Amino acid sequence: MAIVGVVASGNLEALFERTDDESACRVEVSTAAHGFQPLWEAVLRDFVARGTGGLRISINDGGARPDMVALRLAQGLRLMQDPEA
Amino acid sequence: MPGKNWTTQKAALAERIDGGSRFAAGKRVQPGDLCAFFEAVLRPGDRVCLEGDNQKQADLLAQALAELNPTRVNDLHMVQSGIVLPEHLDMFEKGIAKRLDYSYSGPQSARIARMLFSGKIELGAVHTYLELFARYFIDLTPNVALIAAVSADRDGNLYTGPNTEDTPTVVEATSYKSGLVVAQVGEIVERVPRVDIPGDLVHFVVPAGKPFFVEPLFTRDPAAITETQILTAMLAIKGIYAPYRVRRLNHGIGFNTAAIELLLPTYGEKLGLRGQVCTHFALNPHPSLIPAIEAGWVEQIHSFGSEVGMEDYIAARSDVFFTGPDGSLRSNRAFCQTAGLYACDMFIGSTLQIDLAGNSSTVTTSRVAGFGGAPNMGSDPHGRRHPSAPWLQAGKEADDTTPPLLRRGRKLVVQIGESFGAKNEPLFVERLDALSLAEKLNLELAPVMVYADDVTHIVTEEGIANLLLCRDKNEHEQAIRGVAGYTEIGRQRDHKMVERLRARGVIQRPEDLGIDPLDADRNLLAARSMKDLMRASGGLYQPPSRFRNW
Repeated sequence: MAIVGVVASGNLEALFERTDDESACRVEVSTAAHGFQPLWEAVLRDFVARGTGGLRISINDGGARPDMVALRLAQGLRLMQDPEA
Repeated sequence: MPGKNWTTQKAALAERIDGGSRFAAGKRVQPGDLCAFFEAVLRPGDRVCLEGDNQKQADLLAQALAELNPTRVNDLHMVQSGIVLPEHLDMFEKGIAKRLDYSYSGPQSARIARMLFSGKIELGAVHTYLELFARYFIDLTPNVALIAAVSADRDGNLYTGPNTEDTPTVVEATSYKSGLVVAQVGEIVERVPRVDIPGDLVHFVVPAGKPFFVEPLFTRDPAAITETQILTAMLAIKGIYAPYRVRRLNHGIGFNTAAIELLLPTYGEKLGLRGQVCTHFALNPHPSLIPAIEAGWVEQIHSFGSEVGMEDYIAARSDVFFTGPDGSLRSNRAFCQTAGLYACDMFIGSTLQIDLAGNSSTVTTSRVAGFGGAPNMGSDPHGRRHPSAPWLQAGKEADDTTPPLLRRGRKLVVQIGESFGAKNEPLFVERLDALSLAEKLNLELAPVMVYADDVTHIVTEEGIANLLLCRDKNEHEQAIRGVAGYTEIGRQRDHKMVERLRARGVIQRPEDLGIDPLDADRNLLAARSMKDLMRASGGLYQPPSRFRNW
C-alpha cells in the first residue's frame, strides 16, 4: 500500500492498494468539482494503459488539475512497483 | 539649401532652457514649481519620454505632468518603455497626452486595454525594449526626457544606483539630439557616489525628497512552487540544458524558471552539470538564483535592472555581478538586451497561450500587458556570426542538409509551462486571444510574444517537444499536441503519429529521460521559502516586507 499527495486546494491524496484481480484496476474518485468527468476518464485511461492491473486506487481530490492528477498517479504507481524508492 | 537655418533644434532647446530657468535656481527646480516649470518647457505635440522603465519610475514628475492644464499642454506623444503608474494613463484621460509608443504595461494592463478600446489612446505600436530604444535614435527621438535617479550634484551629474535601467539610453537619444533632460532625484549631494549620467547632458534637476518608486518584479517565493513545476524544471535541465550544454542564457521570470534555478544545486549537481551549464547569464538579480550562485554554479551575470532587497548581496558578490567603483550594481537595459540577443544561446520562459503553430502570447482580450524582454530574448538573431556548441547543435538539428560551414546556428528558444495554467486556463489554444484583440483594435499586427518560427522547444509536465527535429507542418503540430497534456489541443492528438515522434526523440517523456516522478518533490528545491533564500545569502538578501511571512 502507498499514499501520495495531500488533500489541499489544487492537490489530491491517492491511496494505492493491491488486489487479487490482476486483470482489473479499480479507481474511486471522490471530488467536489463537477463537470470534469471526461477529463478524469481521459487521464485514467492513459494511466491504466501503462499496466496497472491488481490495483485499487482511492482518490480524495481537492480540485487538482489534470497535470497534478497524472503526476500523483505516476508517483503512486512507482511506489507500488518499488516500495524502497 | 542657401539660407536654410540648420540649427533650429538647438535654438528650440535654448528657448526651453530659458523658459525653465525662470523657475529654477541654477539647474535646481523645486517640486512645488513643477507645474509652472512644465508649462514653460513643454510644447503641445512634444514627444516625451517619461521614465517609465520596467522597474523604476519617475513618479514625482509623472504626478506633476498628470496635473497640468490640458489647455496649456496637450497632445503629447509619449514614448516610454513602461506604462506602470496610474498617472501614465491619467495623462491620456485628460488629453495632456494623445499618442503612445511603449513596451510593457504589466500593472496597468487592464486599464490600458479599456482605454485603447475607447479610443482614449492613439497607439503607435507595442515594442520590444530594444526595438523602442532603437527607434529613440531614428524616428521616435524624444524632445523632452523626464528621468529618475538616486542623487545628483549641483552640476547635474547623476547617480542612478543599482537601477540604472533605461536612463543612459534615454539621455543619449534626447540630449545629443538637442532635447531637454529633466531628472528627479532623491537628494542633491556634494559629490555623487559614481557618475552614471554626466551633468552636461542634464538640464534641470528636481529634488524629490524621497527615492523614486521601484517595485520588486522578479522575486518568486519558493513556497509557491508546485511539484508539476518542479517536474517541468527537471525535464528542462535533463532534456535540454544537459544535452546542449547551455552555458550562456536568459531565464524568464515565471515559477518554472525559478524552479530550475532552485534545482541547479540539487538535481543539477546530481547530474554532474556544475560548470557545464548556466555559467553566464543575461538576467535580473533573481533571488531564486542565490543558492546556485553560492554553490559555485554561476560565473557572471549582466543585468537589465536590479531587484529590491538584492543590493547588499550583489555588492558583496562583485565577482559575479557588474558593479561600479561605489560597489553597487550597474544595470543597463539596452546593453543587457543586446547581450541576451547576441551572446546567449538560450532563452527559456513561460507564456500564457501557445497556438498549434507554436506562436505564443501573454495578451488576453481584456489585458494588454505588452512585452517585456521575452520577444527579443526569445528570438533567433540573424546578425549572429560567432559559433558555440549549443548554437551549432541546434542549427544542425534544424537543417541536416546544408554543409556545416554554411549552416546558420540556432538560438534555443524554449517555452515552458504546465498544460493548464492559472485558473485552469489551458496553455494550448486553437487561436490566440491576441488575434481577437488585434481585430478589435484594428491593429496591423497581433501582439505575438514569441513567433512560431523562433520557438525550438516546448516543455510541459508531459514532456519535451523538440520542434527543430520536425520536418513538416503536420509533424510540428502533432509534436505540440503531443506535450499539450489533457487540454482540448492535447486530447485531439494523432496518437500513432505522436508515438512515432516519440520513437524519433522529437517528443521525450519523463520516463524516456530516466526522470523519476518521485523526484518531483518540493524537498528537491535548494530553498523552499523566502527565509531559506535569505539564509542562503548569509543574511545579505533582504526580502521586501510583502515577501516576509515570518
